[in-house]
Order: sequence, then structure tokens, then C-alpha cells
Amino acid sequence: MAAATAVAALTMVGLAACSGEAEAACTNEVVNPDATQVTVWAWYPAFEQVVDHFNETHEDVQVCWTNAGQGNDEYTKFSTAIEAGSGAPDVIMLEAEVLSSFAIRDALVDLTEYGVGEIEGDYTEGAWKDVSSGDAVYAVPVDGGPMGMLYRQDILDEYGIAPPTTWAEFEAAAVQLKEAGAPGVLANFPTNGRAFNQALFAQAGSAPYEYDPANPAEIGIEVDDQASKDVLAYWEGLVDEGLVSTDDAFTADYNTKLVDGTYAIYLAAAWGPGYLQGLSDTDPDAVWRAAPLPQWDLENPTQVNWGGSTFAVTQQAEDKEAAALVAQEIFGTEEAWKIGVEEAALFPLWKPMLESDYFRDLEYPFFGGQKINEDVFLEAAQGYEGFTFSPFQNYAYDQLTEELFAMTEGQKDAAGALEDLQSSLEKYAQEQGFTLK
Amino acid sequence: MTTQTLEPSPAASRAPASAGSVLVRRRQRWGWLFVSPFLLVFALFLIIPLGYALWMSLFTSTLAAGTEFTGLANYVRAFNDPLFLEGMLRVLGFGAVMIPAQLIVALIAALVLDTLSTWLSKLTRLFIFVPYAVPVVIGALMWSFLYSPRFGPGATIFTALGLDAPNFLGPDTIFASLVNIVTWQWAGYYMVVIYSALRAIDPAIYEAARIDGANGLQTALRIKIPMISSSMVMVITFALIGTLQFFTEPVVLQSIAQGSIDAAYTPNMYAFSLAFSYSQFNYASAIAFSLGILVFIGSFVFLFLTRKQSGLK
Repeated sequence: MAAATAVAALTMVGLAACSGEAEAACTNEVVNPDATQVTVWAWYPAFEQVVDHFNETHEDVQVCWTNAGQGNDEYTKFSTAIEAGSGAPDVIMLEAEVLSSFAIRDALVDLTEYGVGEIEGDYTEGAWKDVSSGDAVYAVPVDGGPMGMLYRQDILDEYGIAPPTTWAEFEAAAVQLKEAGAPGVLANFPTNGRAFNQALFAQAGSAPYEYDPANPAEIGIEVDDQASKDVLAYWEGLVDEGLVSTDDAFTADYNTKLVDGTYAIYLAAAWGPGYLQGLSDTDPDAVWRAAPLPQWDLENPTQVNWGGSTFAVTQQAEDKEAAALVAQEIFGTEEAWKIGVEEAALFPLWKPMLESDYFRDLEYPFFGGQKINEDVFLEAAQGYEGFTFSPFQNYAYDQLTEELFAMTEGQKDAAGALEDLQSSLEKYAQEQGFTLK
Repeated sequence: MTTQTLEPSPAASRAPASAGSVLVRRRQRWGWLFVSPFLLVFALFLIIPLGYALWMSLFTSTLAAGTEFTGLANYVRAFNDPLFLEGMLRVLGFGAVMIPAQLIVALIAALVLDTLSTWLSKLTRLFIFVPYAVPVVIGALMWSFLYSPRFGPGATIFTALGLDAPNFLGPDTIFASLVNIVTWQWAGYYMVVIYSALRAIDPAIYEAARIDGANGLQTALRIKIPMISSSMVMVITFALIGTLQFFTEPVVLQSIAQGSIDAAYTPNMYAFSLAFSYSQFNYASAIAFSLGILVFIGSFVFLFLTRKQSGLK
């Protein structure tokens, strides 16, 4: 029964991969058909306008854009194209967290040969660290996900709760909300949060992977450090007391609960406001405001990142120089970034936009005119120091989801879940031929 | 059993023509010509990919150490891999529940509809069949909304009765939820197969039974069911193969029940995640082949055991 569909689906993937060559139909219209064409896969909102802008301002290089799916959907196709040896685009949008997973398969071009060093100064240190490994640079940063806290001021006011600034206050607020008999909860702790969960651990100082592509057969794994255990034990307490919910993220249920007032607080990245605005069934009386992410220690605040993306050039690109040019320049102008900020609600990593007065002073109608960048996200982005991911990040996230779910089901405690995660990742790394540091 | 005498006799065998006859060879040449479009597609999209996958499954590829020829090592690993074996046990569990469920629903519906001949029964027949006309993915998506604690009717109904709504997507309930989807989707199809087999029975036999004093239930149990046993065997074989390859429904539900359905929930899902999420194409091929071998053995054993009923003997 299912097999027929599965086979059909696989064939579709195969066919889609085969048609990814330069002659593929573009979603956008190419302005100068005689110029070198560079195929691009990306899923940004309002990206067609950015592509049009690029094509209108470039004579000899033109972008042919396709939306090959969001996140994992796109990576699956890319991964298949790598294995097949053909079918990948020239330039591909990748989240920073999967860069080393593709770099280790020799799928990405080191951009240092194509003059990427010249634009290093246009990006923050943390953002640049995320795309480089050792001397190599595997992608150009585009947008970031510095984390903050979006909250429903109307709900918090109703119960006389001040927006929490520390995790202790956060817990107190959750208790207060529950004791007052509120219909919803303070926030949600999704077991499939993946990068979200990892960012919460990182805020307390967890640095789970030690990996240098210059020495690709060696990896250090430490996901069961004390910092992560403490953070997870904190959330385990909240879950056990029923102070937060544990709904799966990015489902239709979760989307509705985000905007109908079930969660008073949405712990979010800078792309969160854009995500919220794209949802339907919004409570019309909702009053949204943004504040910094709660801290463990207010004296020494730590900023973390959740998501954000880059443009990488694939090894299958025919004209790597043209592809590298596209990767560097497509989001390298103020006009492009105006579209990115205003239409797509992206958080720029490109300094001329990031540090502009325009971006700092931008008032967001969704937040009642609050300057959320100045108030929250700019500072969060400044403090971000970069993060090292494993070359098998997808597997690591799947395992994390399984362990967190087992914890919320009461099968193990926080420390036990992370220790099991540690041993399963160590085993996997060894199976994959790595030596553990 | 009464069937023995009624079993369709094997197609009257033609006198074997001598293999060397020019006429026969010429005829065969035309035969090959007519089947060649099918053979081409069959070879291109089934035989060659199968061969390629078999070839791939003999190599081991790791992220850090590259690819090397390891013979049957992947198969040894597969049959010692707890994730694969657990998935295999899980689909066997599904088979033990799902196949009888589908068969009973389909059989009862077909037997009831066979005795009625009003326009209402024709309409009912259509309605029971309709779920099969819904594409599997769409059907599973529809059910995922029905199961949803927020959008589904479950919460409304149970709240109205003053009860807590069950979580249809929890680790303990997901099994039954999946069984329900598959039964809903496939019982109608099997019903049509069984129904058409029932229609092929000579009504004179029913008359004879009536004269002998058999009531409706006796006719159904003693005459109809034995006479359609070959169709029943076919239906069970389909259901068996489909269940062992269980994939689409759990994959669709996984997006809303990640904790309850992991990446290795069924062997097919495991092979899929290995290949496309973790880029272990070689080991995934070995898993897929191991599953194929087990499905083949399972179907063969089943057909062997039921050779009497299916008329293969």
C-alpha cells in the first residue's frame, strides 16, 4: 500500500533532482538571457523581489531561483543530489548548523579562493565563525536568529505579572499564572525544538561539539555537561509541575496556540515576529511586546542564536566564480536588505544594514510600534559568539528529540536523558569512523 | 470441504508444442515485441535500480573514513540492529491487528451487501469504497487533523460528555490510531474484491442450500466464505505485504507526533531516514533489501500454507 506511494515519492525526488540543472525552469524571470545563469535554492519569504533586484542590477550573471522546500525538505533533496553526483543547484541556502554536515561530504566550495575574505568585515565575528571552519569559509551569512522573548502584554497585565528578566522570575511567573487559574500556560517547551533546545543549553555555557574540518576524523562530544543538565532539570521541573506545556513545535496545533493566547510567552528568535505575523486565527485583541531572553545571571548575560541561514556554493556548480559572486552579492545591497527586512522580516547579518539607523529605529506595527531591534535583538546579536555544530547534526537533533520526549513522559530524568544522548552520539560517531577526543 | 468439487479446474492445458517449431518461435517473437514496452519500463525503473541498490548494499560508507567494499557486513549489522528488529516486530504487531480488522470489516460489509439489492445498498457500497479513492497521504493528513487535540472533534465530544479527551497521538494510543486509519482506507477496497468474488458464485447453489434448509447465516458461513477462499487469500497477501512495508501513514503522522513515532518506527521509515536524513545510503540499501527478503519469505510461507484455499495446489 504505502510502498507504491513511497516509490512514487522517491521517483519524484529523483526527477526533481535531475531537473535541477541550469536549464531548469526558474521561478523568476531572467532579465538578461545571454548572461551566465546561476541556479539558486532558497526558501526566504519575498525572495523573488530580491532575485529580481539582483538580475536587474547585473549584466553578466543572472540568478535562476527555485524554492526546493524549507529546511529538512531542501536538505533531503540536496543530500540525494550529492549522492547522485548531479542535480544540485549552484548556490544553496543552508542553515549554519548543517554547514559542517555538508562540508564533510565535500559538497561545498571553500569560498576563500573566490575572494570571500574581502567581505569578512561586513559581518559580526559570531556570524563569521558560524560559516568558517579553520581557514576555510563555506558560506556567506545572510540572516540571523538572535533570541529574545515575545510576550502577550495583555495576558501578563491581566494577572499582574511583570515580564521576567531571569529564569527564576520566569518560573515564579509561571507559578503565579497557574495559581491564578489562567486558561493557558506561560510558555511551551517543545521536545522537538532541536536548535531551540540546544540554544537554551548554550545559554548556560554548553558547547557540545569540538570539531575542526582540518582534522575531519576527530570529534569531541559533550552533550551531558553540567550546564545542560542544570538547564534541562529546570525545564523538567516546570514540565512536571504543569507550568509549561510540551506541545510539538511547528504543527498546526502549536501555531494556533502561539497566537490564540494559550502561551503567554513565545521564546523566539529574531525571525519569530515574521513567523507570528504569517499565522492565521490571531487573537484580535492581542498586545505583543518584545523583551530580552531571560538570563541565568543578570550580571553576566549570555546571548544565544536560534536558526538563521547562509548561502553556500556547491561543488556541482559549473561556474564557481559566478556562483560565489551570487552568494556574496545577492544580499549585499541596501535595496535587497530593505526587501528582506520589510517584506520578509529577516534579521540581517550584513553590517551596513545591521548597524544602520534605519534598522535600529524601525518601528514594528505588530508590536504596537515598538522598536524591537533597538530594544532586544541588536543587543542579542552583538553578544553572540558563534557555535560549533557536529557533522551529523540531523542525527544528533533526532536523538535529542527522542531523549527529551522520554523525559517528559517520565521515563528518565534530565541527567539520565542527556547521559543517554551522550552515549548514543558517541556510538554513532564511532560507527561513522570518527575517533573521539 | 464443499469447495473441493467446485474449484475451478486449472486452465485446460494445451498440448505442449514442440519447442523447436518455427511457428512457435515466430509467435514468441511477436509476443516479446508486444511486452517490450512494459519490459523496458520494468527494467529501467525496477530491475536496474534493484541491482544498483544491491550493489550499494555491499559497500560501507562512513562520514569520516569514506567508502569500502565490505561484502555482507551490512546485512550482518542489519539483522543485529535493534532499531531494525524492533521495527520489524512492530510491523508484525500491526499485521496481527490490522489484517484481521480490515478483513472482518470487508467480509461483513461484502456479505451484507451481497444479500441486499436495493439502490441503498449500491450507494452504501460506494461509500465504503470511497476512502480508498482518497490518496493515502491526503487520507492520513485528514486523520491527523481529526486526531488533533485542538482541531479534532475528540475534544469537543469528550468535553460534552464531561470526560477528558484522550490523546490520540500519545505513545500508547498511536498504534490504535494508525490501525484505524489503515482499516478505514483499505477495508473498502478489500470489500470490493470480496464482493465481486461473491457475485461470481452461481445463485443456483444458494437455491439448493435453501431447499436443504440452510438459513442466511449458514449460507454465508458454509457456502459463501469457503467458495471465495481464493479471493480471501489474495486479500490477506496484499494486506500482509502492505503492512510489512508500512510507511506513508506513520510518516504523515510523525510531523504532529514526533515523540510517539521515531525515525525507525517501521523498517521502511528506518531505511528512508538512514538514506535521506543521515546520508547512509549503503546501509539503507541493506535495510531495504533485508526487509524485501523478509517480505518475500513471509508471503511465500503464507501462500504455501494456504495453497489449498487459494487453488494453487
